Amino acid sequence: MFRNYRNLWLALGVLIILSPLGLIASGTAFGEWGVDQLEEEVGFIPAGLGRMAGLWTHAPLADYGITGFNASFMQSAAGYVLSAMVGAALVAGIMTVLSKIVKD
Amino acid sequence: MHIPDGYLSPQTAVPFLAVMVPVWSVAVKKVKRKLKKREVPVLSIGAAFSFTIMMFNLPMPGGSSAHAVGAVLLAILLGPWAACLGVSVALIIQALVFGDGGILAIGANCFNMGFVMPMVGYYVYKLVKGRMIEHSGRALLAAAIAGYIGLNVAALTTALEFGFQYHLFQAADGTPLYFMYPVKVAVGAMMSEHLLLAGPVEGLVTALGLRFVKTTYPNLLSEGKHDINYSNHSEVANHV
Repeated sequence: MFRNYRNLWLALGVLIILSPLGLIASGTAFGEWGVDQLEEEVGFIPAGLGRMAGLWTHAPLADYGITGFNASFMQSAAGYVLSAMVGAALVAGIMTVLSKIVKD
Repeated sequence: MHIPDGYLSPQTAVPFLAVMVPVWSVAVKKVKRKLKKREVPVLSIGAAFSFTIMMFNLPMPGGSSAHAVGAVLLAILLGPWAACLGVSVALIIQALVFGDGGILAIGANCFNMGFVMPMVGYYVYKLVKGRMIEHSGRALLAAAIAGYIGLNVAALTTALEFGFQYHLFQAADGTPLYFMYPVKVAVGAMMSEHLLLAGPVEGLVTALGLRFVKTTYPNLLSEGKHDINYSNHSEVANHV
């Protein structure tokens, strides 16, 4: 798993370390505004949207960061790298287990 | 391009979930039949790569942001159905663990980025590459074009899903219930960002990724990979 594709794992690791570059773009993507931003961006909160927006509040690393640990760029960057590590590990792990189930 | 909960009506979000169930089931069958055991780690790394590349937000003029997805690179390396599973797993983790993209919207998000994008990208790649070998410059150009078009078609389906909410779901007083801009506005905003900036980046990521994989692991991609006895003995041993 790790030995046969060492260079691919290394490349993934480099991407994870560089991930805070993604924080430079601080703006929210089109159509992804949070309820708190809608008032400012759109001027009102559509009724149905307001009802459904809080459907999932259990994301442990919401917005790819540690809650309350975003006072500086360094803190946000640390949370971001941690999120990238956790996310990449989870995705690779689940994909491996899934493939094993499918292939065996 | 990660649609949050509330931007799509349940009447839209739930059917997309229903559409993805048979899509995922076909993807599982295709992967079971076609993905080689030695390619399994590549799919795992590829899915994690897709997850990570989506974190690289690109600043857009006007203060917005967009990002590449990596789905077309996975489709070229492992086939569109393997890419579908890999990107879907990445998107589901993003929704559950990082609150990026909605829960009810998982179907629509997986449809756009995990199904439309790798499928379109894969066939554009095949079409442009023609009979040229994977190691040709033409193949790299094909990969770049495929990444560009794949991401943009995904952005277009997302914009249409957004925009039709405005036309179809309004309160009695005429205010929109879910997504709040008409199709024209949604398509204009999404497409200008993706055609001009995120698309070229996706093309670059796809071509450079393909080049990196085929220079470091040439056997993984060679046209005749079904017949070739790759030289890595540990892998051969794994097979026996």
